[in-house]
Amino acid sequence: MSGPSTYEPKTGIERWLDTRLPIIRFSADLLDFPTPKNLNYWWTFGGILTFCLVVQIVTGVVLAMHYVASADLAFNSIEHIKRDVNYGWLIQGIHANGASMFFMAVYIHMLRGIYYGSYKAPREVLWILGVIIYLLMMATAFMGYVLPWGQMSFWGATVITNIIGSLPVIGPAITTWLWGGFAVDNPTLNRFFSLHYLLPFVIAGVVGLHIWALHVPGNNNPTGVNVKGKEDTVPFHPYYTVKDGFAVALFVLLFASFVFFNPDGLSHPANYTPANPLVTPNPIVPEWYFLPFYAILRAVPNKLGGVLMMFAAIGVLFVLPWIDTAKVRSMRYRPMIRLFFFVFIFGCLVLGFCGANEPDAHPFPGGSVGTFVDADLNSFVWLSRLGALLYFQFFPALLLVGLIETPLPTPESISSPVLPQGATASPEKKG
Amino acid sequence: MMRKALAIAAVFGLASFAAAPASAETTQAPLKDVHWAFEGPFGRFDQEQLQRGYKVYHDVCSACHSMNLMSYRNLGQKGGPFYDPKYPNANDNPYVKTIVKDFKVPDIDQDTGDAIKRPATPADAFVKPFPNEYAARASNGGALPPDLSLIIKAREDGPRYVYSILTGYMAPPTGMTVPVGKYYNPYMQGDMTSNWHGAGKVPEGGFIAMPFQLTPNRVTYDDGVGATTEQQAKDVVAFLAWAAEPHADERKDLGLAVMIYLLIFTGVLYASYRTIWRNIEH
Repeated sequence: MSGPSTYEPKTGIERWLDTRLPIIRFSADLLDFPTPKNLNYWWTFGGILTFCLVVQIVTGVVLAMHYVASADLAFNSIEHIKRDVNYGWLIQGIHANGASMFFMAVYIHMLRGIYYGSYKAPREVLWILGVIIYLLMMATAFMGYVLPWGQMSFWGATVITNIIGSLPVIGPAITTWLWGGFAVDNPTLNRFFSLHYLLPFVIAGVVGLHIWALHVPGNNNPTGVNVKGKEDTVPFHPYYTVKDGFAVALFVLLFASFVFFNPDGLSHPANYTPANPLVTPNPIVPEWYFLPFYAILRAVPNKLGGVLMMFAAIGVLFVLPWIDTAKVRSMRYRPMIRLFFFVFIFGCLVLGFCGANEPDAHPFPGGSVGTFVDADLNSFVWLSRLGALLYFQFFPALLLVGLIETPLPTPESISSPVLPQGATASPEKKG
Repeated sequence: MMRKALAIAAVFGLASFAAAPASAETTQAPLKDVHWAFEGPFGRFDQEQLQRGYKVYHDVCSACHSMNLMSYRNLGQKGGPFYDPKYPNANDNPYVKTIVKDFKVPDIDQDTGDAIKRPATPADAFVKPFPNEYAARASNGGALPPDLSLIIKAREDGPRYVYSILTGYMAPPTGMTVPVGKYYNPYMQGDMTSNWHGAGKVPEGGFIAMPFQLTPNRVTYDDGVGATTEQQAKDVVAFLAWAAEPHADERKDLGLAVMIYLLIFTGVLYASYRTIWRNIEH
């Protein structure tokens, strides 16, 4: 993909193929790709995510052989898979929990990218492709959750599609187009199934571009210092195949503990009741991985304002490489922005907690403490607003702190990360 | 149009939560603390309890509640209440064959085209108590008895919830107006504010359209276990939990083997990782 190839065709057939379709050279170069030797375990999530995508596609293709995309039959067809299809309970359990595992991994992967400045030049395109993958994942997961046609499927679809309807002028038309009618109904389910099958392959394509864009500048690393020469790198195989393999195995242990011992732990009981357009479940909550955005949506009193804030929370990621003004990549050497980063993570957790609760409920004991502006101060409404503040503060902080912060001295190279006298040691362990 | 209006109303309701005044809150008494053999990663269904539970469902619940996802053959499948290793094909299971003798299912006579009733086979789905939702509501004062196939999974903390409802009936406290055809149950989610005229705090719970069912000795157990209200409730909950996920035991059995395999495999990979990296300073 980049750099000179070290592959030497050894046999006649390899030489013959190499001048026609150099696919062996391509694979050999991928395996030999010079990779910084100091990558820690946070870097294993790329491999873990690839594993997740493959698992979701393989289980999903099998599920599609048994699933029936019809408002009357969808719910029972999922139960048929879990009860009567051989190992259907296992395949369905892997697929449903796999979505949660996929998001857990992608969030860690994204936070790693932010912490070590992996989005900064020359990796802006790599980062943007990653954000596109994340958006595609959100769309795919949302439509997948609708397919079992339970109460939460139906009402989640209703709420989310209506969000789009709040956009001025074009909103209602888009909503009708998404629904294929005037409400969430059979046509909606059919098109969601079609798109849910299509989008993973689009994701796979963008993942290809993402890996291509990775192999041009090469991996970032925990020091954020560019690779200076051969002494800084090891070939991807066997060094990172074995390390990623070990990390994937640990990840599968966690994955399996959910699939086998708590298969419904991450979903909602209401989705075991078939969809009923006349009965609204209370409360309507999305899957956990959407909760922070749901909390932002509800934190704003104006509906359109909430929608715009929610989109902004994701959209801002696209311009991250240009917001950040710092010259140093890794937060390992940026103690000031590190604080803002941890506040940002805390904000995400607060928002997730708020998204799972009723806005009017009291997050802290003691009940009502009186209305402030438009809602009780001890309510999830105000806690969501605080969470949103902790979330959004990070982006102006990236801009300003980069201008005023004096970073710690960075090492000369990956191989000589010895810090000068007086500098503090790195805050996180090396793997 | 009705659906659209409802959908829009729901969304506007959600989006305006922030500005809405505090709405009335539903309450529910804390669920009773009971435990079953099937709970936890090492828990497995107790087959005798499943048999007793099926008897409670058959003799009591099935008069009003359907179980649309169940077929008679399921009762004899591996892990089921009447599973017998001698009959790996549940359709041959003598208990199942005996059970289906009690049932007739609607069908079409293929010679005349007339609607008929024929004897049930193990492959048939559980016979429904009512032909349709309207009939079910008409017979139950307008309320629809929910299908019980997934009831344990469709409720928060399902086993304890269903147990608490079944055993939690009590005389309404003085000062409570109970609507005709409804019964007070502290474990039913509800808001009693408008029905409470007594002194003190509004009682927890709500109204349920189902009267108390599991009176002592409502069923007679074949294995001699005393049929108290609590025992019957416990048994039927075990049966319903099994029916909600008939492969739960198989899932945990396989899970245990998978976890052991993965632990060993992870150890091997870690050893490989240490070996391959031993000469790399990083």
